[in-house]
Amino acid sequence: MSFLADLPISLIVLCSGLGLVLVGLWGMLTQRNMIRMIIGFSLTDTGIHMVMVSIGYITGGTAPIINDAVPMADAVNRVVDPVPSALVLTAIVIGLGVTAVMLSFAVRIYKARKTLMIDECTESKW
Amino acid sequence: MIKRIFIFLMLTLMAVIFFKLASNYSENTELSKLGHYYVEKGPQELGAPNLVTAVVVTYRGLDTLGEVTVLFISAAGVGLMLRRTRRRDDDEDLEQGDREEETAGVHKPASEIVETATELLLPMVILFGIYVFLNGHLSPGGGFQGGAIIASGTMFLLLALPESHISRLMIAIIESLSGFSYVIVGVLGVIMAGGFLDNRIMDLGTYGSLFSAGAIPLIYVFVGLKVGFELSAVLDRFRKEDTGPL
Repeated sequence: MSFLADLPISLIVLCSGLGLVLVGLWGMLTQRNMIRMIIGFSLTDTGIHMVMVSIGYITGGTAPIINDAVPMADAVNRVVDPVPSALVLTAIVIGLGVTAVMLSFAVRIYKARKTLMIDECTESKW
Repeated sequence: MIKRIFIFLMLTLMAVIFFKLASNYSENTELSKLGHYYVEKGPQELGAPNLVTAVVVTYRGLDTLGEVTVLFISAAGVGLMLRRTRRRDDDEDLEQGDREEETAGVHKPASEIVETATELLLPMVILFGIYVFLNGHLSPGGGFQGGAIIASGTMFLLLALPESHISRLMIAIIESLSGFSYVIVGVLGVIMAGGFLDNRIMDLGTYGSLFSAGAIPLIYVFVGLKVGFELSAVLDRFRKEDTGPL
């Protein structure tokens, strides 16, 4: 595993994120159980967050918090980009909201049909 | 079969795209222009050591207001979806059976370990949530994170004591008041400082102290309360669907 240590850390995060996006897409497309589809969506969501965070990384950078550990004068060279982090913060909250609404849809469908399989809801109209 | 092939093909193509993206990737060695500006000017302009907070609350404050609105709408959507539907009388028997089936799981008491741990940990979890959103401008964390921690406290409570009553009215009042105050603070920014949600309506204070960075702690308290109570309401909705007027 020594070759992994030579890779830039953000590349590892980027590749894991893209892998998670693929796994999530696969889950959303192939699974017929609604809860599993929602899990697939969550995986894709998390993967995209990881990609976004990795893009903002600066070699050797630390968290963009300017205090005693990172003096203000030198901050520009030592911290990661705060903008992608802020975007990811927004994206996580939106993803949470979307997931909650999807789960409530699943609960409603389950109550109406007594099944979570999407195949049995083909003729639903409501 | 054809569907499977299409799915496979699509995933392969996506993988190719991702591979091309990742293979040309090289790590940044310096900040983007915008990031550079925020890092250089942020601490002096806004007095917030945590630059992510400065970006989220002030530089891109309008986005955050939109984000809070999206969360509010999704919480309202969950409430709408999971409200009890009024059924016809001839369904009464069926409904009775359903309800017994549903509540059977709810009435099962949690184990003693969970109950005791909750009694011990719940105040600490809530306190930690408050700590996280009060210190959002100084350390990693902020309103959304603190709110999520408070909601996880609610989750604890619902797991250990499923019968505990959470007042919908209280949630609604606190949530509306904090959302309203957030917008008021934003409008005050237009009147007293540079623009909507400008944090310089209050004194910037000593750099790095708890009461500093102008209105950022105030805004994060409102966001934290709003998010915490909103997520608690969502969790409560998922617990049981028999909802009263509020």
